[in-house]
Amino acid sequence: MFELLGIAPQALFGQLLVGLINGAFYAMLSLGLAVIFGMLNVINFTHGAQYMLGAFAAWLMLTVLNIPFWIGLVLAPLVVGLFGVVLERLLLKRLYHLDHLYGFLMTFGLALVIEGVFQWKWGSSGQPYPNPIPGGTNLGFMFLPTYRAFVVVAALVICLATWFAIERTRLGGYLRAATENPTLVRAFGINVPRLITLTYGLGVGLAALAGVLAAPIYQVSPLMGQNLVLVVFAVVVIGGMGSILGSIVTGFGLGLIEGLTKVFYPQASSTVIFVIMAIVLLIKPAGLFGRTR
Amino acid sequence: MRKSLAAAALVCGMGVAALPAAAQISGDVVKLGVLTDMSSLYSDINGPGAVVAVQMAIEEFGGMVAGKKIELVQADVQNKADIAATISGRWYDVEGVDAILGTGGSASSIATMRVAGEKKRMFFAVDPASSDITGKLCNAYTVHWVYDTVVLANGTGSAVVKAGGKSWFFLTADYAFGHALERDVSAVVTANGGKVVGSVRHPLNTSDFSSFMLQAQASKAQVIGLANAGGDTINSIKQAAEFGVVKGGQKLAGLLVFVTDVHSLTLKLAQGLQLTEAFYWDRNDASRAFAKRFGERMNGKMPTSIQAGFYTAAKHYLEQVKALNTDDADKVMARMKSTPADEPLFGKAVIRQDGRKVHDVYLFEVKAPSESKGPWDYYKLIRTIPGEEAFRPMDQGGCPLVKKS
Amino acid sequence: MTNNHTLRNILLVAALAVALAAPWVAYPVFLMTALCFALFACAFNLLLGFAGLMSFGHAMFFGMAAYFFGHTVKEWGWRPEFGILASVLGAAALGAVTGALAIRRQGIYFAMITLAFSQMIYFFCVQAPFTHGEDGLQGIPRRAFLGGLIEVKDDRAMYYVVLAIVLFGFAAVYRIIHSPFGQVLKAIRENEQRAISLGYNANLYKLLAFILSAAIAGLAGSTKAMVLQFATLTDVTAAMSGEVVLMALVGGIGTLAGPVVGAFVIITMQNYLAAAGEWVLVIQGAIFVVIVLAFRKGIVGEIGDLVRRRPKPGPAGSSA
Repeated sequence: MFELLGIAPQALFGQLLVGLINGAFYAMLSLGLAVIFGMLNVINFTHGAQYMLGAFAAWLMLTVLNIPFWIGLVLAPLVVGLFGVVLERLLLKRLYHLDHLYGFLMTFGLALVIEGVFQWKWGSSGQPYPNPIPGGTNLGFMFLPTYRAFVVVAALVICLATWFAIERTRLGGYLRAATENPTLVRAFGINVPRLITLTYGLGVGLAALAGVLAAPIYQVSPLMGQNLVLVVFAVVVIGGMGSILGSIVTGFGLGLIEGLTKVFYPQASSTVIFVIMAIVLLIKPAGLFGRTR
Repeated sequence: MRKSLAAAALVCGMGVAALPAAAQISGDVVKLGVLTDMSSLYSDINGPGAVVAVQMAIEEFGGMVAGKKIELVQADVQNKADIAATISGRWYDVEGVDAILGTGGSASSIATMRVAGEKKRMFFAVDPASSDITGKLCNAYTVHWVYDTVVLANGTGSAVVKAGGKSWFFLTADYAFGHALERDVSAVVTANGGKVVGSVRHPLNTSDFSSFMLQAQASKAQVIGLANAGGDTINSIKQAAEFGVVKGGQKLAGLLVFVTDVHSLTLKLAQGLQLTEAFYWDRNDASRAFAKRFGERMNGKMPTSIQAGFYTAAKHYLEQVKALNTDDADKVMARMKSTPADEPLFGKAVIRQDGRKVHDVYLFEVKAPSESKGPWDYYKLIRTIPGEEAFRPMDQGGCPLVKKS
Repeated sequence: MTNNHTLRNILLVAALAVALAAPWVAYPVFLMTALCFALFACAFNLLLGFAGLMSFGHAMFFGMAAYFFGHTVKEWGWRPEFGILASVLGAAALGAVTGALAIRRQGIYFAMITLAFSQMIYFFCVQAPFTHGEDGLQGIPRRAFLGGLIEVKDDRAMYYVVLAIVLFGFAAVYRIIHSPFGQVLKAIRENEQRAISLGYNANLYKLLAFILSAAIAGLAGSTKAMVLQFATLTDVTAAMSGEVVLMALVGGIGTLAGPVVGAFVIITMQNYLAAAGEWVLVIQGAIFVVIVLAFRKGIVGEIGDLVRRRPKPGPAGSSA
């Protein structure tokens, strides 16, 4: 049957695997976006810029301070997450009582400023980040670069850890409770604003972590995250807003579907996600994993 | 605007009668406008460096030509044809700009072209690639300065086939520029006895090319032609290395690659890539001298062929104004098309009836890290392609101006 | 109340005088483009400000209408007035199809469905040969209006034609908002369940509002194509859908004049800040941040507040 479609089953398997790797990035990014939207009610349009910041932070650490990739992988998300915390304290916290639209305008403006400054300083063509684990394995049906294999495993671990932290720990319980009913949680003596700040820092840190992981694969360039936020937000919506597991599964799943599109109708590979979103929303309004209120 | 025209006409009349030496400069100032991508995807290729290049040309004239001051205005086209059209129109009409250089991608450049034709003012299309600019869309006030898709095909395409790369697979950006490039290169490849075994079209600004790399590998083609630009090309080359495409014995042919792209990729990843350019900073003494002065003002960056094009276009224009003592677009254009140019950076050049500037172009290969003697030492010259061979013959473009003459 | 009315009338007359005199002061093509965007923003605001529906795909109507206009006038040789009519109808038809599906969802989901449709339209425009890809549909001829009665070769002549078209669009928006239909829309925006229980078919009203908004956005898009003589992909991108949201926000959502002011502010920034080169986007971004922090109701909304806060405000009048 596969031969009928003009592609050998083995080649198809290779395509599915690279699709899964891309899905890993979508999963990590949409996870951060979903957490932020769930807790803060803000569509974080700065997400793409923060992904870029993660990559740049790692690159600067490597070239200026000689900090190797593995340490940068931990340090860069912390630095960018801290930056997120500052943003939240200074700017975003003034918007929680308002409509989504203001959060959109503010975070969109912030993204323009951040990307513009980096563009001015480092230009458009991007900076090279050397591959920390070069080489790869020939799997017979494809050549698998070792680093990509690492990315999938790392992303899975990170996603599951985040899911566990939010769904299964006490702190995560407070977080979820605080989004449902902040007044009540406050009455229990929990510092809700601090909890929210922490959440935003976490979401931003996740975006930055994805950025660090992306640095050796793509060029580290100021506009690398520019168009990402729409796609990633679509992933969140398809998965079901507020569902952590939903965005992880959808992220990986859409990577696969996008990978298949790249074989059968490559021109449409950046549009297919929106087609799926429209279909899902029309059939299942709350998304695949969302709860219908 | 009308007033200044009337004044110019008056001065002109008086000048002919009494003062043959008086310059006929509209608005008493020669104004150049640089409208290009300053803040987006391609700003390393043109952008702020283009403004610096034009400034350098103006400074070489001491800021004066024909006894009048030279002024420079600049703006960011923001990748919008709307902005290109309104700013060009305003510059020509309200601010008295005599010549515009730019203007970014093909949509915005074609928009500026039409405005220039309507207002009868000079436009130097320095950065766009579309060969339609001197083809069916051509007009009498536009000069296409550096390159176009046909040159890229004739240069890299034919050279790679002649070197034995007979079977091709294309990785094409899914928009008019990519399609044109794929079409032109395919024609060159088949004409030289090669064949195209497949192609895949990716959306503009794709970041992940791994799926396409697998398809290119599966095609077993000897050459993978990259019919894309900017970040797409950079990411394709980077990921080709990651997936061992070159190690597996396939060759990459970058159809539109600039020196800044190679710089961004580093030699380790870009080595062996063959490409066609009209200018390379390290080609001769004059280009090295220009590049040195440019680098001093641009943080050590070397000029791209586009930025060098901005410099020579401005300089060539000012030389015409100086020789003619007027900035009248018709006269300047007539002189440019009738007198061949010979300048240090691009060598001997003619500007044809259809507005195409024809000069030699060069086939380069990117050096291996061991061959490079220092920063920005990236290319070695493989072959000089004479202008007549590289550019599309004038009668094949379908430019209406050609039929008239 | 009367005070407010006289003030408003004075402002209206002043605005009209400015609009009539403007092309003798500022560059007409710039003014025309800004007017078209103003109308586009009004169309968007009709939906968001008065029906409470946030569309994130309005560029599809604006951009497709530009292509419709370009194709009918350039390739088929239609007269401009028929080209505009066809574009408006085309945009309305597109609005009917997409709207019928989108209004089945609310809030952010509604926005995302409109975004999805506009991305599909964008994809269609990249693929379809008649748009000429990123080169754009260029060189749409400027033909005289009404069969040669109104010559528009001169930019200023064209300006008055465009002004008339745009004013017609503004008037249409004004009529819609102040009609019984508009009142029902507002009722649905405030409390959909109650409107339904009062016997109104909320979905039908929303769909009609969506179609009207699409048609007016189409009017704006085709007029812009007529002015600039081209239609390009920029007009159908998600970025353009975002831009119109910004125009409405900056000017003030839910006010009649807000989107107009917002459109002028943003188009002026794009054109006159362009000289700031690399800093254009940074400055724009900073302005958005400042607006959210300090002028949340948008320029017109804030000014309206100032006026109303002055001594002895009448009984809370409607802010139109």
